[in-house]
Amino acid sequence: MISYIIRRFLILPVILLGVSLLIFSMIMMLGPYQRLSTYITDPAQLKGAEDIDQLVTKYGLDDPWYEQYGRWISGVAQGDFGWSESAGAPVTRAIADRFPATIELALLSLIPVIFGGIILGVVSAVHHNKIIDHTIRIFAVIGWSFPSFVFGLLVLMIFYGVLGWLPPGRLSNWATEIVRSAEFVNYTGLYILDGILNLDFSIVLDAIRHMIAPVITISILWWAFILRITRSNMLETLKKDYIRTARAKGLADNIVVYKHAVRNALIPVVTVAGQMVLGLAGGLVIVESIFNIRGLGQFMANSAQQLDYPGVLGGALYFGFLLILINLFVDVSYAVIDPRIRLE
Amino acid sequence: MEWQEVLKRLLQNKISLLGILIILFFIVVAVFAPWIAPPRDADEPYLIPRGGWAIQPQPPSEEYIFGTTEGQYDIFYGIVWGTRTAFRIGLIVVGISSSIGIIVGTIAAYYGGWIDEVIMRITDVFMSIPFIIATIVLVTILGQGITNVMIALITFSWMSTARLMRSQVLSVKEDEFVQAALALGANDFRIIFRHIILNTIFPVVIQASMRMGSMVITASTLSFLGVGAPEGYADWGQMISFARNWILGVEGDPLHYWYTLVIPGVAITLFCLSWNLIGDAFRDILDPKLN
Repeated sequence: MISYIIRRFLILPVILLGVSLLIFSMIMMLGPYQRLSTYITDPAQLKGAEDIDQLVTKYGLDDPWYEQYGRWISGVAQGDFGWSESAGAPVTRAIADRFPATIELALLSLIPVIFGGIILGVVSAVHHNKIIDHTIRIFAVIGWSFPSFVFGLLVLMIFYGVLGWLPPGRLSNWATEIVRSAEFVNYTGLYILDGILNLDFSIVLDAIRHMIAPVITISILWWAFILRITRSNMLETLKKDYIRTARAKGLADNIVVYKHAVRNALIPVVTVAGQMVLGLAGGLVIVESIFNIRGLGQFMANSAQQLDYPGVLGGALYFGFLLILINLFVDVSYAVIDPRIRLE
Repeated sequence: MEWQEVLKRLLQNKISLLGILIILFFIVVAVFAPWIAPPRDADEPYLIPRGGWAIQPQPPSEEYIFGTTEGQYDIFYGIVWGTRTAFRIGLIVVGISSSIGIIVGTIAAYYGGWIDEVIMRITDVFMSIPFIIATIVLVTILGQGITNVMIALITFSWMSTARLMRSQVLSVKEDEFVQAALALGANDFRIIFRHIILNTIFPVVIQASMRMGSMVITASTLSFLGVGAPEGYADWGQMISFARNWILGVEGDPLHYWYTLVIPGVAITLFCLSWNLIGDAFRDILDPKLN
């Protein structure tokens, strides 16, 4: 196991270098003038220069690519991703401001995905080929086919437009005022958590109410995904000899299923966690822009619409690095949970 | 399992049969688009004709049976020609990216050693950035347009095929027929194409068919976010982005503009559903755990 983990850590810098080169090569597809926009924070900067070519030379935008890469990557290492036009702030600040909203949404989404997917998967497997199994699977394949932007807009149309229950945004106006006031301490930027820490439960309820629709929209796709894997593993496990032995011993069916089978069937589900996290991150772009949540995903979408290159590239690099680390964590913890992986 | 057997079981399964029927329906619509919705300008059939310049969508009427969306674009026309756009994007993207994946995966597995290591690490790098985010970045840089959307989708979608192909080739590489061909002095190119690829291609074709739906969803997501199809292009994702400003309806009637969202929404969901129904049945048929 140790050698597997060491190997995994040794690959890490290679992957990080690769991702940075990939993003950089996309930057280099832009012309020097477009790349100049990374450095311009204020139109006044353009006035002093005789012509734009001088500025291109000043920032070394016609140097060989490896020199530019060196400068760029040392900037990135110091947290300098350039100036984002769409946010009106440096990319690093823009990302830091929006990070809590995204984390809150992502963490909340994991709850229905994991529990809903696993429970439905187990139920589906236990009632294999019965009506309940078919019903669950039909809903799963419909959920998998529903594009999140269509589903999200339908939810908004019905639960906000018609019923008025689930408004967009992160908080109502009155709650935003409280959160911005001096008495309210922003410990984490996650409103639900901050509400609890400030003992202001009206904020907690308001934040939860605003999160329901985006969480459902994100999770509907991944329900189906987790469900399918749980179901398939569960069906395989239920055929194993030790399950037959447990049944032969006269153990109650519930105990056999929930105590013996489920635990063993869930180990492989962990392997897809990394893939799911990548998918969830992609879904955030759509859901945050539909429900007007000021997070990283909405930042990516806005930057793309306004051709704010530093914003898009910085966001992608940030997402990429973050997800590589999460995947590393998933792989290592999987190696710890399941001894079979160590043999690889 | 032989492909005839798989095909037989696909047609016997009611769920996948439904998927096949829906796809056939879309194929008919796409093929006969010029007769179902004759273009006003034969040179630019993918531009949706406009019924005026007012912003407000108009409800279904005799002239526009599905109504018009924001900017008076004809919804019926957009749906019909959007079917062609969906097939075009799906087939081209899946075709090219699968071919790249097949070549890359085969080279990695056949030659092995450091070539394999380098190729697989490059694959890892491309898989590190979430698919949607990577395609948004590339389309933003290349500029709006259907061709650029397809380039971006291809660039970031060949990896799963490459991985699958690699494992397939690894499993047949040591088989006797390959060793026999080697012993007879066949060159690498001939061995790879005649003996290896033809014997391993089947699962890859299945995987490709399952990617059709998700490629079309991603392409329309890009259009929805305003970085994909240019304005007025017959594309389902863009029609839904037109609906965005109208989903709250008017005072007292929140569902006033339902048709702007529901009609294109149904089209795109049915299209993806049909591919996924087939994919679902495929996986069941081929999943060794379930047999």
